[in-house]
Amino acid sequence: MAGGTSTAATTDADDTTAVTETAAAKTVTASVVGASGFAGGELLRLLAGHPHFDLQQATSRQHAGKSIGSTHPPLRGTELRYTEPTALESVDVLFAATPHGVSMGRIDEFFDAADTVVDLSADFRLDTAAQYDEWYDGHDAPAYLERAEYALPELNRENLPGADLIASGGCNATATILGLYPLFEHGILGGETGATDGDGAGEPGGDEQIVVDVKVGSSEGGAGGGAASSHAERSGVVRPYAPTGHRHEAEIEQWLDTSVAFTCHAVDMVRGASATSHVFPDAPVSEGDLWTAYRECYEDEPFVRLAAGGSGVYRYPEPKAVAGTNVAEVGFELDPSNGRVVVFSAIDNVMKGSAGQAVHAANIALGFAETAGLDFAGLHPVGSP
Amino acid sequence: MTTCTACGADVSLHDDLEAGEIVDCTTCGVELEVIETAPPVLDRAPELEEDWGE
Repeated sequence: MAGGTSTAATTDADDTTAVTETAAAKTVTASVVGASGFAGGELLRLLAGHPHFDLQQATSRQHAGKSIGSTHPPLRGTELRYTEPTALESVDVLFAATPHGVSMGRIDEFFDAADTVVDLSADFRLDTAAQYDEWYDGHDAPAYLERAEYALPELNRENLPGADLIASGGCNATATILGLYPLFEHGILGGETGATDGDGAGEPGGDEQIVVDVKVGSSEGGAGGGAASSHAERSGVVRPYAPTGHRHEAEIEQWLDTSVAFTCHAVDMVRGASATSHVFPDAPVSEGDLWTAYRECYEDEPFVRLAAGGSGVYRYPEPKAVAGTNVAEVGFELDPSNGRVVVFSAIDNVMKGSAGQAVHAANIALGFAETAGLDFAGLHPVGSP
Repeated sequence: MTTCTACGADVSLHDDLEAGEIVDCTTCGVELEVIETAPPVLDRAPELEEDWGE
């Protein structure tokens, strides 16, 4: 069964190919619940091309009986058809791409069907029921929170091997955390973070002033849509939403052990989350200090690229450069006139911010090569991502 | 092999390096001018400034 591969897992980002022969040759069965949405479609696409997953089932109440290609055109020609969500068959790994609140209500059913559950919603990302009371609408299955491992592999890789409940990190939180993490890890901001010891614990204790502005594409709103999502209303916008109190702040606080002033704008792109964070370190910092921090954190990471004022057209991170990939681009610039460090990070929200990150985490949990099924480098040029 | 003056990463250089040549760092992407060849000395290459509405 899937959980049996845990002893084969690597915990070293430097050695993403250091998997055992058993794991490298292994194929496990997998299904996707909530497969008709954007993240679900990306999961289907990734799993269909993955060397170690055998895709069994895709559920959708709305589209039951139709082929998965009917909603996800890249998968046209695939014989797999949607089934009712209540008709789960036994598999090794179950990926849940359902709206927030669904997985916590069905988690026992999910574990009846699978050894490993990878949840893409926010249902198991936070450590405590109290956090769900504060940031969401409470929690129906708090006993599972301690069991879940947060899937931002760059920060929590060591706890993912063998994990049987994986909570894939949120898109905006992923972009923000990856941008700011090296500053905390190297003491440029704050002190020890929850991330460094992997426990994700601790009250926000930092007194840093951090302002985060994230520009997001329309796919973050899901495939359902609403009045604000019609083309006539959505096209051309630079629209503030959740100007304060965005729920992803909870993940950021949990993993960086600090609070942030966080605002999102919906902009005219389909894929992508681009986070710009403004920070003011207490002590003077040099460009060399910043490069040391970012290089040491990320130079061995398979899915983080640095882009910070180099040459060419794409000098800083932007969603176009990572569209369709599981890559996060991270960069920064120092303003010597006032000591501000402005940090940029860009991801494809449906990939590194959702389905790609979930598959990356599953690869680690099951002992597969970290990059298995995820080594697509992207396209250039592309239009609006 | 030498070191990028911007980010500190190792920069691999080819054998027939010439002074004045421009190379780029594969880590940070900055363009570097070869000032001396033996031993190699690099410095950040001058850039054309772009005015994005400033």
